[in-house]
Amino acid sequence: MSALDLLGFAWRALRGHRLRSSLTLLGMSIGVGAVVLLTALGEGARGYVTNEFLALGSNLLIVLPGRTETTGNAPIIGGTVRPMTLEDCEAIRRRVGRVRRLAPLSVGSARVGYGEKRREVTVLGSTPELLPVRHLEIGIGRFLPDVDLDRGAPVAVIGRTVQSELFGSENPLGQPIRIGDWRFRVVGVLAAKGQSLGLNMDDVVIVPVTSSMRLFNQPSLFRILIEVGAHAEIDQARREVLNVLKERHEGEEDVTVLTQDAVLGAFNRILGALTLALAGIAAISLSVAGIGIMNVMLVSVSERTPEVGLLKALGAPPRQILRVFLVEAVMLSAAGGLLGLLIGYLGASILSRLFPALPAHPPIWAVLGACVLSLGAGGLFGVLPARRAARLDPILALAGR
Amino acid sequence: MIELRDLTRHFQVGDQTVRALQDVSLTITDGDYLALMGPSGSGKSTLLHILGCLDRPTSGSYMLDGREVGSLPESDLAAVRSHKIGFVFQFFHLVPRLTAAENVELPMVLAGVRPAERRTRVTRALSAVGLTDRAAHRPDQLSGGQRQRVAIARATVMGPSILLADEPTGNLDRASGSEIIELLERMNREGLTLVVVTHDPEVGGRARHILKLVDGRIATDGRPR
Repeated sequence: MSALDLLGFAWRALRGHRLRSSLTLLGMSIGVGAVVLLTALGEGARGYVTNEFLALGSNLLIVLPGRTETTGNAPIIGGTVRPMTLEDCEAIRRRVGRVRRLAPLSVGSARVGYGEKRREVTVLGSTPELLPVRHLEIGIGRFLPDVDLDRGAPVAVIGRTVQSELFGSENPLGQPIRIGDWRFRVVGVLAAKGQSLGLNMDDVVIVPVTSSMRLFNQPSLFRILIEVGAHAEIDQARREVLNVLKERHEGEEDVTVLTQDAVLGAFNRILGALTLALAGIAAISLSVAGIGIMNVMLVSVSERTPEVGLLKALGAPPRQILRVFLVEAVMLSAAGGLLGLLIGYLGASILSRLFPALPAHPPIWAVLGACVLSLGAGGLFGVLPARRAARLDPILALAGR
Repeated sequence: MIELRDLTRHFQVGDQTVRALQDVSLTITDGDYLALMGPSGSGKSTLLHILGCLDRPTSGSYMLDGREVGSLPESDLAAVRSHKIGFVFQFFHLVPRLTAAENVELPMVLAGVRPAERRTRVTRALSAVGLTDRAAHRPDQLSGGQRQRVAIARATVMGPSILLADEPTGNLDRASGSEIIELLERMNREGLTLVVVTHDPEVGGRARHILKLVDGRIATDGRPR
């Protein structure tokens, strides 16, 4: 029996049971589609995070107080911690030549009020250089004035949400707001930006760093953001920053300097594992689909027992019977796999249309894996029914038993 | 040429041995026309299955065209069935999703005959049974007699040396039944060895020889009249 004849015979057998065949096919295509779509989702999440970081530029150093193992996970603070001060910032700026921009950062949360309106808002304290370092833009007015670090001017820049919540349609520029018990004057409004690295930049108030440290009574900065000239210099700059701070902190290395690469690498590992987990979950549905194929083939064999008997009487040896049913099973799973790929890719492209920030492309290993698995499932789960058919006694089979 | 020598077939049912065939010796010459008759359970179906290489004897010898086939492995038996034996069944056993032509083609598909050769042989076989105009019909679009004709075309398309018919008229009305018998007899006259298993004395009476089985043994072996 030639390969073409085998395919033709299997095709006609499958077509003879349209509903049953198409339901099995659907099961398999959902399995394969799930693998493709879910891994695309995982990869999309990874791409999203990567883009978020890359948007900040790849030559950013982040200094935080306390020693951590630089896994990029939440810092585990150990040892005695000296406050990281504005003087430290000055020292870094003076002594590390590769620093292009530097922005100290202090963070707190306070009630911000204008007139009768109040809102609980994240307050960032920084310097004018925060604007380029965090790639922020000013909507109206201007950003923090460039004055000496230790003179905390009572001025504030507010986010878009804060503006609309507190001022409505009123012009906020020059208006006084209360942050905690202090009074500030609004000098600018940020352009809308939305979520950026876990912080809604539309719902913040930015004040000079000295003011916020006094306001929240913080002896130490939360972070120092340092932008170096070029990506190649980042490791050298990191070492120099560490040396400067170690020297200033009585020889103890009590700060952590993260590079963008380290943070990104950690996220990549986490999200890569997430993708794998999603693929695993989808693979379960694939194997369920395989069992569905086995079920349908078993039904088919028992229903077509007289036909098997006939084929044997007409001179088909057992291995030919085996091949006939195996080809049917593999044909079902292959067709299901193809349809699944189509569904998966379609779903992924719809996803990335709906959420342009999420680059949901299924990884090639998942696509190939799903194809191989679906074919394998057809073969594997087709063997048992096919062997059952091949072993039927021709006389009993002809009698339908 | 078929030669059976001291052939027995025993079945083990639980702890009992059922002797379906005992010491059957028989010669069927080429071009013969034989009716296998006997009551239910007499062993005539078992004998037909062994003749058709669907079953193997427990002991004894079965020579088909000078070759011992009684002890061949299953895959070799399949090859013998493919090339030497044609079956016609009481319930036709056509594949319902295939057309008449495709049903006739099936044994050649299984044997790996080339498509061009298959087409000419299908045409010839269908015209021999008078169904040229029904080639594209599926079994459910054919009458009982027509279905049995398709089955006969299928049984003869590989050019077998022996045609085994198991109650070929058992599922047909009188008129179609006698048409089928006449068709089989015509093929016998053209040289095909014909063995018919039947209950019907009228059908059996037309054969050149009648073999009557009782309790697994040959009771009479001779001419009907």
